[in-house]
Amino acid sequence: MDFITLWACLIGLAILLYVILDGFSLGVALLFRTTRNEEERDLLMDSIAPVWDANQTWLVFGGGGLFVAFPLIYGVLFSSLYIPLLTFVFGLIFRGVTFEFRSNATRKRPWNLAFFLGSLVAVITQGLTLGGILSGTKVVAGHFAGGPFDWLNPFSITVGLALVAGYILLGSTYLIIKTAGTVQERAYLQATRSAWIVLAFQILITIWTAIHYPPSLSNWINPPRVYFIWIFPLIGLLAFYGTVRSLNSRRELLPFFFSATFFFAGYLGLIASIYPYVVPPNITFQQAAAQRETLRFTLWGVVIVLPLVLGYTVYSYLIFRGKVGPDRYY
Amino acid sequence: MDVLFLSRIQFALTTMFHILFPVLTIGLSLHLVIFELLWLVTEQEVYYRMYRFWVKIFAINFGIGVVSGVVLEFEFGTNFSTFSQAVSNVFSPLLAFEVLTAFFLESGFLGIMLFGWERVRRSIHFLATCLVSFGAIVSAFWILAANSWMQTPAGYRLVDGRFMVTDFAAVIFNPSLLARMSHMTIASFETSAFVIAGISAYFLLKERHPALFRRSLGIALMMAALFAPLQVYLGDVSGRQVFKHQPLKLAAMESHWETNTTGGASFSVVAIPDMNAERNLFSIDIPNGLSLLVTHSPHGKVRGLIEFPREDRPDVFILFWTFRLMVAIGFILLLVMVWAAFLWRAGRLYQNRRFLKSLLVLHPLGFLATEFGWITNEVGRQPWLVYNVMRTAQGVSPVAVGNVIWSLSLFLIIFLVVGTSYLYYILKAVRRGPDLSSPIPSVQKPAGMKLLREPKDKTAAATIKKRDEN
Repeated sequence: MDFITLWACLIGLAILLYVILDGFSLGVALLFRTTRNEEERDLLMDSIAPVWDANQTWLVFGGGGLFVAFPLIYGVLFSSLYIPLLTFVFGLIFRGVTFEFRSNATRKRPWNLAFFLGSLVAVITQGLTLGGILSGTKVVAGHFAGGPFDWLNPFSITVGLALVAGYILLGSTYLIIKTAGTVQERAYLQATRSAWIVLAFQILITIWTAIHYPPSLSNWINPPRVYFIWIFPLIGLLAFYGTVRSLNSRRELLPFFFSATFFFAGYLGLIASIYPYVVPPNITFQQAAAQRETLRFTLWGVVIVLPLVLGYTVYSYLIFRGKVGPDRYY
Repeated sequence: MDVLFLSRIQFALTTMFHILFPVLTIGLSLHLVIFELLWLVTEQEVYYRMYRFWVKIFAINFGIGVVSGVVLEFEFGTNFSTFSQAVSNVFSPLLAFEVLTAFFLESGFLGIMLFGWERVRRSIHFLATCLVSFGAIVSAFWILAANSWMQTPAGYRLVDGRFMVTDFAAVIFNPSLLARMSHMTIASFETSAFVIAGISAYFLLKERHPALFRRSLGIALMMAALFAPLQVYLGDVSGRQVFKHQPLKLAAMESHWETNTTGGASFSVVAIPDMNAERNLFSIDIPNGLSLLVTHSPHGKVRGLIEFPREDRPDVFILFWTFRLMVAIGFILLLVMVWAAFLWRAGRLYQNRRFLKSLLVLHPLGFLATEFGWITNEVGRQPWLVYNVMRTAQGVSPVAVGNVIWSLSLFLIIFLVVGTSYLYYILKAVRRGPDLSSPIPSVQKPAGMKLLREPKDKTAAATIKKRDEN
């Protein structure tokens, strides 16, 4: 496997980890609007307080990795998606500061709103970003040459809404693990509802992507990809079935893992349908790659350090395992 | 009002906002390591309570540092994509290593540090504090490697306008890295020491929790006594680095127009430069001062601004004054420490009210000095993005000006809301004072713990009485 493919997989992994980890963090924040009182909101915040920052760091790593390995993509996409990306970051700022500000505040309402709105903005702009990428980018001589609103269309807005549903699914299944009583009961209901909504969106967007971006259609029906690409929707459907079944039988850990698999399958299916054009319609991974020495040097760092990072991340989750409640963090 | 101008303003404002928080993160975490070490070794309750007070401030500060930093990573791509694509081979690995070796480390162990009191052993918690502090310093290393490379580029060659790496060791350990990294790290330590000293002085002036804050103040002043003189020395080292590698920037910082061919170059204490006329309209000079300062000999040659093309010259007025203000603060803080030394010899360190009031009034100065220093550094880098190689105007993104108006407006709103909230909640947390009544988690409490006694402090005595009754 050459460096370029290796780096592509690495960045893909970083983004997937970000989506799952910050997915549930943002999802929990989105569920703030369904809580009944401050105690319940405290529980929700406590469930993600020790881990939200490390979760978010996978985004910074994914972006940094993109900058290292595929600078053409980094430059082109960050220019074309300027508005959604910076709006995304500003949403993250409000989400991030709420943890400490709210705990120190006597009037919590403004911060409850900031937490919810900041997260909502972050999720929708992520969807607009993804939809924008799939809508194609105008590139001339290796630089962005399109307009400021190329990314804004019904397709990308739909992807934004789909992500809202998707992160609510991840968030509610996470709350099933971390909470008990009324909040957990409510989470079971929210997870079941959002699972069906996510399925509907997943089907809609898969079909729409094929129409919106025709080259992906050929990947679905022509060899050689047709031989394996259909595995992903299949895994997705099985994961969906697993999610709903485990929710009905009141399992605690399985719903989250099935939901994450559901996401994973959709993600891989999407990549399989556009690969190797990472910036549709005409920039491939190979074309966008950095100097070999850069790929090699940074890869060494990653190979040595990333296992350590994964190790202490798992350790941290183990330290904070169990239901929230007894030892209040704030 | 074009994309270049607005992007520069935006990057400048986002960086100036962001930098304030890591300064306290880096400096305060070092002090927390010391406080926790004292807690572990001496088993005196006062150090546990001290740690938990200062970590509340640390926690409020840390989150904003992180989220305001994410903006910057994105801004390279959104506002300066042409630059990013050109230098990526050399520049981007430094940022990637920052995320890998510092951000993950800090954020990974922060949870245990802030919330893991009842879940881990004392030694593990201390390890978490140490790793967060270490991560903060490592983060400073990488980002300064990146910024220093922009100032004194090395280890590359240009191929068709694209920077290709020839030697990563030379890229990272470029000529100005070590000087600038140490200067910035010590700046963070010193600023934080004065913040702790100032807040401690506040409590001593109000006669609240004297036993706890006397110790806080003592430790902070010991650190300040070490760092204030060290920082002045490191400033000199940095200055000579600039003289060696960026003589135009130095000439601008000193408003030094004519190269001294015979005799020494004089140092202008104050000056009003006129960039068009290429001279100082007014100045108060010390003969041979500049030569002595940068060449360590009274007649050393210092190149003047007129030797360089007009379009390469940075803004002399800004540079001259921000540099001087930074240095002035450095010396004020040093003088405060000299005063402290005399008071300590006389045994009046914690009792002299004028000294305590001065500490309180002067405690934010470190932040100002940091901003002035960075303005000097970055405005002095102009008109270059990569010094002497790529101009700022060449690096900007091909985006519409409306984009930047949007993001700049958003940023100004956030700066106002988040900035004022930050100050409000920090002041609130400070004024509330240390929590002496919450029970100490059993996993933290050693068998032979020495209780905190605050006999002269009525509020503390009441809470301790209540605690002892439980």
